[in-house]
Amino acid sequence: MFYREAGDFKTSYGADNQTFPIKFDRYRYYAVLAIAYLVIPFIINDYWANALFVPFLIYAIAAIGLNILVGYGGQVSLGTGGFMAVGAYAAYKLMTAFPDVSIMIHVILAGGITAIVGVLFGLPSLRIKGFYLAVATLAAQFFLVWLFNKVPWFYNYSASGQINAPERTVFGVLVTGPNTEAWAKYLICLVFVTAAGIIARNLTRGSVGRKWMAIRDMDIAAEIIGVNPLTAKLSAFAVSSFFIGVSGALFFAVYLGAVEVGEAFGINKSFLVLFMVIIGGLGSIFGSFAGAAFLVLLPVALKIVGVDVLGWPTDIVSHLQLVIVGALIVIFLIAEPHGLAQLWRVAKEKLRLWPFPY
Amino acid sequence: MLDDTESYVTADGRTIGGVVLDLKSITLRFGGVEAIKNISFDIREGEIRAIIGPNGAGKSSMLNVISGFYVPQEGEVWFRGERRPQMKPYQVAQQGIARTFQNIALFEGMSVLDNVMTGRLNKMKTGLWSQALWKGKAEREENENREAVEKIIDFLEIQSIRKTPVGRLPYGLKKRVELARALAAEPTILLLDEPMAGMNVEEKEDMCRFILDVNDEFGTTIALIEHDMGVVMDLSDRVVVMDYGRKIGDGTPDEVRNNQDVIDAYLGVSHD
Repeated sequence: MFYREAGDFKTSYGADNQTFPIKFDRYRYYAVLAIAYLVIPFIINDYWANALFVPFLIYAIAAIGLNILVGYGGQVSLGTGGFMAVGAYAAYKLMTAFPDVSIMIHVILAGGITAIVGVLFGLPSLRIKGFYLAVATLAAQFFLVWLFNKVPWFYNYSASGQINAPERTVFGVLVTGPNTEAWAKYLICLVFVTAAGIIARNLTRGSVGRKWMAIRDMDIAAEIIGVNPLTAKLSAFAVSSFFIGVSGALFFAVYLGAVEVGEAFGINKSFLVLFMVIIGGLGSIFGSFAGAAFLVLLPVALKIVGVDVLGWPTDIVSHLQLVIVGALIVIFLIAEPHGLAQLWRVAKEKLRLWPFPY
Repeated sequence: MLDDTESYVTADGRTIGGVVLDLKSITLRFGGVEAIKNISFDIREGEIRAIIGPNGAGKSSMLNVISGFYVPQEGEVWFRGERRPQMKPYQVAQQGIARTFQNIALFEGMSVLDNVMTGRLNKMKTGLWSQALWKGKAEREENENREAVEKIIDFLEIQSIRKTPVGRLPYGLKKRVELARALAAEPTILLLDEPMAGMNVEEKEDMCRFILDVNDEFGTTIALIEHDMGVVMDLSDRVVVMDYGRKIGDGTPDEVRNNQDVIDAYLGVSHD
């Protein structure tokens, strides 16, 4: 009964154009933020942070990034894993080369470096579209992983070929390295996720976002109204790669701590993030969060149900997990091709009129 | 014959200015096919200029030459008294030439409002950084442009479908939204490629009214391709007739109607 727009009059275009035009939505958003910042850090423990919250937040950034490229820009990419690796290795090189500079700045710079690499690999998009572009970005994926394996400079000539995150602090609190507290890991990721969400929303609601969507929906018509396809496509690649780079840097520095490139940033990672975007909903910031939450939560939930509740052996559950996740993806694509975000949208539309839909 | 810069007043009291777009001996070939053969005509400021002709005459190709999709092998395009260098379509748009398409080319995934807002992309100059921050410059610019867009939405009477995704709209309304998008750019010249194709009589009347109003209120120069002769003869100040890539007639509707070549092209010629 609270979910109403009746009586909530907008008197300016700014108010009409805000992210949450319905009052209830707005308060819910503030409530979620308050819980995320003020409640969860105090009750989080190592298990929940490592199994659920930190990967969810980091994948949410990656999904937002990929969604900008695929969902808003209409350019298919399978290079997400490779770009995350760029972010991770850039962060590693920066952290070891300039130990005195704040890790926050390193992560942002790592995103910037990934943006440049992303633009380079985005150049073919000016010529090719769809599946062919996907294959071109697949080349980026394999090339980048190969590069980080082959050139020892990237992993500082370490004997194992791995990169290890040195210990770094923010405001005197340890955020990287093996001795980091759960809440610190969680909070630093949360800060980046909040910023990424707000920036992505701002970019997609204004003129930049309309350029991307125009190119996505019909590139010829976009050109005729004055959109330069070169800058529109490359800016989509740049912004998308920036977010993916940031998520890669956090994935390495905060979440894993030690990374072997082929294992952490292989083609599986590209597909995982792509599935998140598709299941969550293309062209929706909320969808990026929903998709990331779904694919991070599902394996954990299945494990709890299978091992802890039903008492099945772990190996059977882990195999079942693959089967169930795969089946769910197929079911999802058939039943709701526009993803969780569309379900959410439909639910909201129904809720507006509930309980008298006519 | 009028000079290029001279202006005159029409019977219904509108002032038609000097030549704003001048096409000089345009020839366009696709391989061995000559789609446009040595055609010249001009468009004067403030007039409604119709391009007519049977199917395959090269009318749409002509519009595509104007809007930069096709590069003619021979000939020159003069815009506002200057020879236009070879341009990409988006540069032509930035010069102030907007157009609609024969088959609707709207952005199906976006709402009507967003579609019309895309028409103003050339007027929105804030960079990526201010866009990311939103508060301040980007928001102000968005609201200013929204105001301009709302005027056009009012003008074309599509207020009620503002937030509807374009994909859900019927054909006639889509055509109107496309016109709105073109108008949002505040173009000097508006190119309409069959704005009334596939419409019923009432929708056609609406569209005619909008075209006349646009010309009247904004003073926009309009070049349109249309097959409905009644519409063409009523709306336009001057008509170009094309057939098999050649120009066979040019003048006021009355002159064109009495032109023997035009009658032959439309009604056929006996070969005995």
